[in-house]
Parts: sequence; structure tokens; C-alpha cells
Amino acid sequence: MLGLGIAVAALVAAILLGVFVGSTPVSLSDVWLALTSPAGSATDLVVLDLRIPRTVAALVVGVGLGVSGALIQGLTRNPLGDPGILGVDAGAALFVAIGVVLGASTPAQYLPFAFAGALVVTALVYVIGSSGRGSADPIRLTLAGVALAAVLTGITTAMMLLDPLTFRVLRGWNAGSFVERGFDVILPALPFVVIGVVIALACARSLNAIALGDDLASSLGTRMVRTRILSVVAITLLAGAATAIAGPIGFVGLMVPHIARWIVGPDQRWIISYSVVIAPTVLLISDVIGRVILWPSDVPVGIITAFVGAPVLIHLVRRAKASAL
Amino acid sequence: MRDTAFGLESGPRVIVLRGRTLSVRFRLRTLIACAVFGAALVGLALVALGLGDLPLSVDEVVSAFFGGESGIARTVVVEWRLPRVLAAVIFGAALGVSGAIFQSLTRNPLASPDIIGLTAGSYAGGLVVIIVIGAGAGSATVAGGAILGGLIATALVYLLAYRRGIQGFRLIVVGIGISAMLEALSSYLVLRAKLEVAMMASVWGAGSLNPVGWAQLLPAAVVIAVVFLALGFLGGSLRQLELGDDAAKALGSRVERSRLGLIVCAVALTAVVTAAAGPIAFVALAAPQIALRLTRTAGIALVPSALLGALILLASDVVAQHVLPTVLPVGVVTVVVGGGYLIWLLVHEVRRRS
Repeated sequence: MLGLGIAVAALVAAILLGVFVGSTPVSLSDVWLALTSPAGSATDLVVLDLRIPRTVAALVVGVGLGVSGALIQGLTRNPLGDPGILGVDAGAALFVAIGVVLGASTPAQYLPFAFAGALVVTALVYVIGSSGRGSADPIRLTLAGVALAAVLTGITTAMMLLDPLTFRVLRGWNAGSFVERGFDVILPALPFVVIGVVIALACARSLNAIALGDDLASSLGTRMVRTRILSVVAITLLAGAATAIAGPIGFVGLMVPHIARWIVGPDQRWIISYSVVIAPTVLLISDVIGRVILWPSDVPVGIITAFVGAPVLIHLVRRAKASAL
Repeated sequence: MRDTAFGLESGPRVIVLRGRTLSVRFRLRTLIACAVFGAALVGLALVALGLGDLPLSVDEVVSAFFGGESGIARTVVVEWRLPRVLAAVIFGAALGVSGAIFQSLTRNPLASPDIIGLTAGSYAGGLVVIIVIGAGAGSATVAGGAILGGLIATALVYLLAYRRGIQGFRLIVVGIGISAMLEALSSYLVLRAKLEVAMMASVWGAGSLNPVGWAQLLPAAVVIAVVFLALGFLGGSLRQLELGDDAAKALGSRVERSRLGLIVCAVALTAVVTAAAGPIAFVALAAPQIALRLTRTAGIALVPSALLGALILLASDVVAQHVLPTVLPVGVVTVVVGGGYLIWLLVHEVRRRS
């Protein structure tokens, strides 16, 4: 419980950083004034139209990525599970491109396409990675994700080059960033993240049993098929919503469940709860780093998370028992 | 059935050329396969030379070479289309050989330059030179940066994956991680560059033969030719290294030296191609494996891989240029074809294992 308290405190600190730090310096009183009596001044606009939506976006996306990562790792017993590595981002991007060609023009209209893409890729990677006997092998899943992501990204690039409108929409979206993600994008995606987290917590007990192995889990009374389907639905909702808002952001879903497991041990219920708190913290801090590292210009948060997260991936695979979880 | 006497397999049919100091032994199937690849390559090249805004038949292309056509057709074929077709052939061969060396040294079909971070390293190295020093894409300094970047990335991946020996899959996942970081570095570099430099870098980054003219092709082709020549001497030790280090040592091969030489050759091949045409994905992965399945050799062979790499890249470039409504970078086509092949390989490997 103490750990969770500290994690929440860190999250609050990160939220404050997210509101205060940026190319335009804002003081505490400015933020207070903007929130209580907005007068339309420059700092009010910065706080209300830029900083707060951006911070909320990071919160929602962080929850989505962190919990979906925890679910992928728990469901597949794969320590290298991450929506980005497994190609969910690339699938969502391709389907958004298809959506643009079909006439979708607002972020709310992109959402169903992002979900469809996330669902198709999650299912495909799972099928490819677990084809053959036995459970899905982490390395094979990772490779299946990378290969599928490469193919889908290639098709998306081709579509972008064929159609200028698609190019314009996806160029901004592909960067993996919270810039210009207003509430018009965040609010339609929010309910899906909430539903996803609820399903994830409901599945957590069964995932604990699955960690013992499929056979033992089913003999303990776990309904394997139902748990798998519910988990895949939750992964799709969470990763799809996060990707629909921010575009591809890798490695957060990989890192965060490991940090959580390191703090609380192998219980999925706690891992998921901690991930809900830690993932937005990591994402907010990465975003703040992106804002200051090349001050005054902005580095997309996806670049920062790749630099932080890739070493984690390498560390995980270097451990003696890489596939154990 | 002629080969099997008393129910014993007498091995594949071979042709042996005996000289006084040097004897050469060819497998018949490999020889025929190479002849077929070569013929297909020449045929496709002639067709590719005829495609474009000024369509020419194969006859006209051939006579353009020998001066039988009017000035315009000759200019179009020799000055405009030939460097591009040659680039596809030479670069494809280089990528195929580079992939063959890596796959053979690691004995792992997935350990090709695209996956273990070499391509991403070359791209990042080239970008650093373009953006920080300000050299033009395709120049010799960029090639130097690409080679250096590729070497550093490969060394880094190798060192990080080393833990009581190299295990194939660890190498691959470390490669994926390093690639992700290098790609992040590349997009960061493009982001902070001036717009026109960034545009040039992104065109290059898609992997395209569009900007390749005689000026870019010739230096790259010379380097590739030199490396191929060196591989003529090192190729034998590749076959010995496939037997394992101990057996190779027993056969008189200087294991560490040959391996280092082979790796440097493989890195140089991919890096030179990346410097000239950008990162062209997955040709190095697919070509040696397809060649292996078609020639049915015991190990990965360099010459069939080279021919097949050339064939894949040339075919992809024809598709990228002429089949789709807009001209696409060839890298987009190879990534779809090669990535699809990688997925097939994963599924297939699993079926075979289980």
C-alpha cells in the first residue's frame, strides 16, 4: 500500500511538471488564475488549450499502454510484450489510413478504424506467434510482431504516398506525440480506456492462474477461452485507444509492467493497478524531457520512450532466464 | 534413381573441373539454378530498360545498345534507365551476399542486416553526416558515415548480445532494441534539420533508386566489386566456419581472422548500398533463404544469393515504378514482400519444429 501511495505521489508530481514545464514558462499563480478565472490572456491560453489537454492525453494514453502491456505480458507469459513491439501501432495506423481513404475526417471517426486495426493485429500476432504446439514463445511473438509491423508500415507508407490527404493526416499522427491532441480526440477514446481497465482487473485473477501454465490453470477452474477473449478485447480497447490518440509510442507497455512486477511481485491484480499509476508517470516525465531537451522545440514523446525503453528490452533479453516470468 | 546403388544415396550430381593447381567442383543443381536466375535477371533487365514514358520493345532496347536506334532512344536507355537497372542488380546482389554471410556465420536465417540493426545503424550514420556535416546524399562522406554507423551498430549489438557465447534469438531481440533506438535517433536528427535537408533525408530514408545516376552508381559499384573480389578469397572459409569453430580450426582455417574479415565485408556491402540508395529492407533476409530452398544446397551459398538478391530488387523496382499508379520508393515494396516472407518463415519454422 505504501508503494502505491508513493507511486500516486510521483504521478501527481509528474502531472504538475506536465502543466508547468514547456517552451513558455508558467508560474503556479498563472495556472491557478487560468483555472479559476480565465481572462483569455496568453498564459491562460497556454495552460487551458495546450498544457492541460496534453497532460490529460498523456494520462489516458499512459493508462492504455501500461495496462495493455501488462495484459499482453500476462496472457502470453511473454516478458517482451508491448503493443508497439507487437505491431499493434502499425495495424492501427494502416486502418486509420484506410479510414481516411474511405472518408473519415475527424479524430472521433478515426477511432473505430484504430480499434479494428489493433484487434486484427493482436489476433494475427497471437495466431502467428502461437502456431504450432505449446504456448506462444516470447521470441517468436516478438518476431511475428516486428515482421507484421514492417509489412503493415510498408503498406501504410505506400498509401500515404499514393494519396496526399492520407499523407497529411498520418504525418502528424505517425510522430507519436501529444502535441495538438485536444479534448475532441481524448474524450471519445476515454470510455474505451476505462472499460479496458475494468476488464483487465476482472481478468487479473485468471491471469494469475494462467501464469502457472495452461494445463494447471484449466484444472484450477480457470475458463481459458473466456479469459483469452476478454484479455484480447481489453488489449484491443486499451492499445487501440492509446494509439488513436497519440500515434505509435513504443516501449511504455514493455517497461511499466516490469517496474510494477519489480515493486509488487507476480500478482497480476497489483501489477495492473500499479501499471495504471506508473505508466502515465513514465509517459508524462518522458514528455517533459522531450519539451526541455531541445528547448524551445519539442521532441515527440515516442522518440524519448524509445531511448529509455530499448535499453530495458536489451536488459530483459540479456538476463539469464529471459523467457521466465 | 541412377544415383542410388544398393539403396545408398550417392549424393547430388556434381561436375568437377580439374586444373593443375586448382580444381573446382560444382553441384549440377546449383549450376542449373544459377543459370536460370541469371537468364531471368537478363530478361527482366531488358524488359525493365524498355518500360517507362517512352516504351521500347526488347528488340529496340538491344539495338539501342549497339547504336541501331535514334539518338533519343539511346539516350533514354543508356543514360537514364541503364544506371537504375544496373543499380538494382548490383545493389540487390550486394544485399543478398551480405545477408548470406550473416545468416551463414550465425547459422540463423533471421540474423540478417535488417533485423540485427546494421541497416538502421548505416542509416543513422549517413544521416549524421548529411545533417551535421552537410554533405549531399550519395556522396563519399555519406558512404563513410554509413559504413562507420553500420560497423558501430553491429559491434554494439554483438557485444550486448554476447553472454557466454552468442545465442541467435538474443542477438535478434538486442538487434530490435538497438534498431528502435537508432530509428529514434534518426527521426530526432531529421526533426532538428532544416526543412530542405530533412526532405532530402526522408526521400533517402524510404529506400529508393530514384536519385541513383551514373555518378552515385560508379563509386558504389567499385566498392562492391572490391568486396566481392575479397570474398572470392574468404568464401572458402565461410563454408568451413559453418562446420563450427573447432572443425574449422582443425581444417586449417584461421577462425577469428576469417570471421572478422567476413563480417567487415558483409557490413561494407549493406552500408554502401544504404549510403547510395537508403535502407532497402528485407532483401538481405529473403534472398539467401529463397536461394537455399531453390538450390537445395547444404549451407547458404553466396553466388545464388547474389543472383536472387539482384532478381528480387530489380523485380521490386519494376513493381514500384510501373505497376502502381504512383512511383513508390523501392524500399516500400521490398518491406512488404520481405516482411511477408519473414512471417511465412516464422510459421513454417514452427510447423517443421513441432
